[in-house]
Amino acid sequence: MTRRNVNKSVVIGTIGSDAHIIGGWVLKHAYEDAGFKVAFLGAMVSHQEFINAAIEVDADAILVSSSYGMGLIDCEGMRDKCIEAGLGDIILYVGGTIAAPLELERNWPEVERRFREMGFNRAFKNTCTAKESVTTLKADLGVE
Amino acid sequence: MRLFLLIDFGSTYTKITAVDLDDETVLGCAQSETTIDTDIMFGLNKALHQLRLSCGADPDEARGIYACSSAAGGLKLAAIGLTPSLTLEAASRAALGAGAKVISARGFELDQEAVADIESKKCDIVLLCGGTDGGNRDVILHNAKALAQSGLSCPILVAGNSAVSGALRGILEAAGKQVYVTKNVLPALDTLDTEPAQSLIREIFIRHIVKAKGLEKARDFVGSEIVPTPKASLLAASLLADGTASEPGIGSLLVVEIGGATINVHSVADVEPVTPLTVVRGLPESRLKRTVEGDLGIRWNAHTIYELAGQQKLADLLLSCAPDAPGGADFKAYTDMLCANVGHTPTGELEYNMDVTLGKCAAGIAVERHAGALSREYGANGEIFVQHGKNLLNVKNVIGTGGIFKYGLRPEQILKAAASSDANPWSLKPRSPRFFLDSGYILYGIGLLSGDYPEAALRMAKKYLRPATVE
Repeated sequence: MTRRNVNKSVVIGTIGSDAHIIGGWVLKHAYEDAGFKVAFLGAMVSHQEFINAAIEVDADAILVSSSYGMGLIDCEGMRDKCIEAGLGDIILYVGGTIAAPLELERNWPEVERRFREMGFNRAFKNTCTAKESVTTLKADLGVE
Repeated sequence: MRLFLLIDFGSTYTKITAVDLDDETVLGCAQSETTIDTDIMFGLNKALHQLRLSCGADPDEARGIYACSSAAGGLKLAAIGLTPSLTLEAASRAALGAGAKVISARGFELDQEAVADIESKKCDIVLLCGGTDGGNRDVILHNAKALAQSGLSCPILVAGNSAVSGALRGILEAAGKQVYVTKNVLPALDTLDTEPAQSLIREIFIRHIVKAKGLEKARDFVGSEIVPTPKASLLAASLLADGTASEPGIGSLLVVEIGGATINVHSVADVEPVTPLTVVRGLPESRLKRTVEGDLGIRWNAHTIYELAGQQKLADLLLSCAPDAPGGADFKAYTDMLCANVGHTPTGELEYNMDVTLGKCAAGIAVERHAGALSREYGANGEIFVQHGKNLLNVKNVIGTGGIFKYGLRPEQILKAAASSDANPWSLKPRSPRFFLDSGYILYGIGLLSGDYPEAALRMAKKYLRPATVE
């Protein structure tokens, strides 16, 4: 597969049955301020909706927000779906309260490992700021 | 009397069952060795002769003859997809549902070694999938080019990303391959569509493979198309569960077919989560499902059962099957001997019990692989149950078929392994089913009759499947 050109475009949404919208909303503004084109899908977004939007806007990354502790369950299988949909090299980030709060506190390395194993490039704790997320993605994409 | 002959050209034996559809009775059975390497008709005529001797059934008086075949290796298919969990899984399911044997399943980009491996397996069909419609096209194009450059001469069935169907056909036809193109097995990420590929697999079987396998004379004798044997079993399972408009079926069911080299498991059951709150993951399941365990089987693959279970577990199982069995059962020696003598018939009570133990162990593993499983995760609000695979907890009936259910000692013991147990409470195997034995080996015949005589076939199935009590 050939690597596509970076065009500073991202898809943002809250995954699964999660109605918490504020994390994604903060990210939307931070990325727009940093010069990214943002497809903001709001809350309760399915894998298919994330992937469809990423195809339409030719996104560099899908940024998955999750705030109800079910991120591990909701994100399972997403990388394989991206590959089938022709988005094999898209960057996948996940952040928020992405596992049970106690797990995040005590077993973060294990939570992070499981997301990596599922094909996510990075997982962020709920203490990460939107700005840190932007800086990290810019570095991963090699853009300013 | 309305005599019908039902023939199963097996890999080893050609079996015939004669039935009278007026009385809905089995008149008799006969078998002889399958002679596909020379002339399929030699073995068939011998079996017909024996049938005449055993029950007086005269083939010339038959009102109809139906046949299925798994001779010459059955319908051997190589499935190619992109990711193992999506298009490769969809391709494998399409193949299994059409009665094929998946002899190679490969995802991502094929390299030379992979192509050489597929070539060496001498498959009858290659099923090329990959990418959703409009999705990834690079991998399936790469794989089509790899197949085009290969020495494969069998038909290639393309059921992948429709955006490149034309290009794929062009690449393969330019290399002189026989190409069939149909709809994508996974048109969208949440939509499985295996039926178009399955009907084309059946068509290719009828058009090319019957001839290639030397089954033409048999087809001419039979006078109708021969179907792959697993397809006949699937048709039987479907009819038996769902019934017809005028004859009720027996409800959801699981069929465990134990063979020497493989174990087939069929289920007919509504697709439902364990509870409304259970989170379901993975490709959508289908109401009619077939899986084949190519590494199990109580002759050719007896050593795998030993390797998976070990002496201690098998010895414990033996005790549960036959509490009064004499001690000293050496499963390593027995399974080694079985692999070296695949035609072995048990001698003495201990060997009969060991056979049933191997069958029980293998059936347990095969049904566990067929059924889904639950796992526990934790969210912000506590425990969450996640379901992967098909929920069979409420399946009403379990049916055992295959040689061991005919000759085995207390074969009903095997079926217990198909039901849920405390040993693996997370497996979604049937909770409290009724058990039946296909002790007359009639199930394939029910499938063969299901197209033209569904009511009579169903009534015969209900009459001849023997209820079994499993302690």
